[in-house]
Amino acid sequence: MINLPIFPIVIPALAAIIMMFMPKRVVIQRAMALGALVLTLIVSLFLVHTVSIDGIQTLNLGDWMAPFGITLVSDMLSALLVTTSTLLTLFVVWFAVHYFFESYEGNYLYVAMLFLLVGVNGAFTTGDIFNLFVFFEVFLMSSYVLIVLGGRGVQLRESIKYLLVNIIASALFVMSVALLYSVTGTLNLADLAMKIPLIENQNVITAIGVMFIIVFGMKGALVPLHYWLPGAYVVAPTPILAMFGALLTKVGVYSIFRTYTLLFDGNGTFLQTFLMVLAVLTIFIGMTGAIAYNDVKLIIIYNIMIAVGVILYGISVNTQTSLEGSLYYLIHDMLIKAVLFMLVGMMIGITKSGLLRDMGGLITRFPMLGWTFFVAALSLAGIPPLSGFFGKLLIVSGGMDEGELFAPILVLLSSLFVLFSVMKIFMYGFWGEAKREYDGPLAPFAKRLVIPVFLLLAVSVAYGFGAEWIHPYITQAIEPLVSPEIYIDAVLKE
Amino acid sequence: MKRKSKPVNDVILQTAAIIIFFIIVIFSIDLFFAGHYSPGGGFIGGLMTSSALVLLLLAFDSQTLKTVLPIDYRLMTATGLLIALGTSLHSIFWGRPFLTHAYDKFHLPLLGEQTLHTAIAFDLGVYLVVIGVTMTIIQTIGESE
Repeated sequence: MINLPIFPIVIPALAAIIMMFMPKRVVIQRAMALGALVLTLIVSLFLVHTVSIDGIQTLNLGDWMAPFGITLVSDMLSALLVTTSTLLTLFVVWFAVHYFFESYEGNYLYVAMLFLLVGVNGAFTTGDIFNLFVFFEVFLMSSYVLIVLGGRGVQLRESIKYLLVNIIASALFVMSVALLYSVTGTLNLADLAMKIPLIENQNVITAIGVMFIIVFGMKGALVPLHYWLPGAYVVAPTPILAMFGALLTKVGVYSIFRTYTLLFDGNGTFLQTFLMVLAVLTIFIGMTGAIAYNDVKLIIIYNIMIAVGVILYGISVNTQTSLEGSLYYLIHDMLIKAVLFMLVGMMIGITKSGLLRDMGGLITRFPMLGWTFFVAALSLAGIPPLSGFFGKLLIVSGGMDEGELFAPILVLLSSLFVLFSVMKIFMYGFWGEAKREYDGPLAPFAKRLVIPVFLLLAVSVAYGFGAEWIHPYITQAIEPLVSPEIYIDAVLKE
Repeated sequence: MKRKSKPVNDVILQTAAIIIFFIIVIFSIDLFFAGHYSPGGGFIGGLMTSSALVLLLLAFDSQTLKTVLPIDYRLMTATGLLIALGTSLHSIFWGRPFLTHAYDKFHLPLLGEQTLHTAIAFDLGVYLVVIGVTMTIIQTIGESE
């Protein structure tokens, strides 16, 4: 089936469009959203299987040959990320079905969530840099809707900031694409990868590379472009926050992954130092924020930044080992951040306060919630059998192999800070005496809400325990990044 | 916002608007069909049609427009998206890549032999989406107090 790469994009789009005809029929909306996501998940798993057997799948849209039309490229990297994002959207929507009230769901909520997935899956799959921009806009538009839906004052305030930052970033993206096009005369990623080494003045390419890192860094919250992240994410309702925290910043990270390894030859140049310094700074600021705050949402939000920094450090080292580590950690982090955001959202919904000093003793009434959080916290910090371990191990050993010491030690130290910050939530929130009767709006639904979270955590734990089984897929995903010729040959089919 | 107690007499505006409305709509349809060979297409055609509707909104009020054209513009947007996606999807069933278009000659009543291309269906989707989105924006802003 030659059209296989398009299905993870088209199925949620088609479901969302049909759902637009009946915005007020909430029950049908829920069923259609979940059904479409299950279908997408099956298709994307089949895509992973096909890619693992037949190699990179390409699809020339409209039957136009590769550098002239839009090409969709599903290599193992994008197939794995598409599967991960579909999987966690499925669980987040399941969570949202129990979390939201009908009046809230009737305002195109699931339509926006599905379109967000369309944008994310499209951005992971596309092989054309302008098409990447378009898919960025698709999921950004959906995220604007989702962040403002509900219309509370703080949401309006933060959505204006979020909108402004993203519009500026998108304008910069267009300018970078324009610059790249004026230098090379092509937009197809594989064709760009062939043409860029032929350019005489490589300084221009370095400048464009820096511009792309700034653009994707703004989307992915790299220091010093992270200032919008804490405020914008803290106001979003829990399921929306879980989707944002798990998907949006990671698309920026994926784009750096792709452009940095494919277009810009990273090793030993200014670009490598630049990315490395930003990654180290991001880890550092993330660590500071994670231990500084007393608000559970903010603690997890700063943990996003630590993870982005760690992944980008692995990318900037740019060896086989460190890239494998980065990819392994990227998938782990997408899963576990969604789990953690849903869990702290439940804590806030039960205790009616986001602050640690108003919580306490939750474990006696909600043991399932407590132990799920405990395992998720250990997994986030990277305790060996769980999923956070192998990625960080590979990143650290990749950095050490290149003769660096400072950054790998910082990565290890960041694990300690991550563990400290989430254990602080666990100890203050779940242990000790209850501060008062917990009868927040979510308290009666806690038992139902914890099921999707628990299942997603189970997937994440299985991902850790099955590391040996996953490893061939990860290796295959890294191949076209280490030697771009594989990618170029698959797309251009000389 | 308080309505004026005395109705304003704008016979000239309303009479002119009715005539101009049809001219603009015909022009927009011309632009829509011209798209393949000369400047024009679904986007500009859709914008032009919605500008004709906005002219009616200015000359009359939104309630009158609703009685004359009882259209739910949100459904119109969804229909447009469905048409565009359906046109892109049809090639999948023939084993061709997504978005592959096809054309053939047809003998139509009145018009005679004409070449029809599936790109026009895609453009029709764009046309409907543009009208739907523009009118939804204008109506929701206009009706919120």
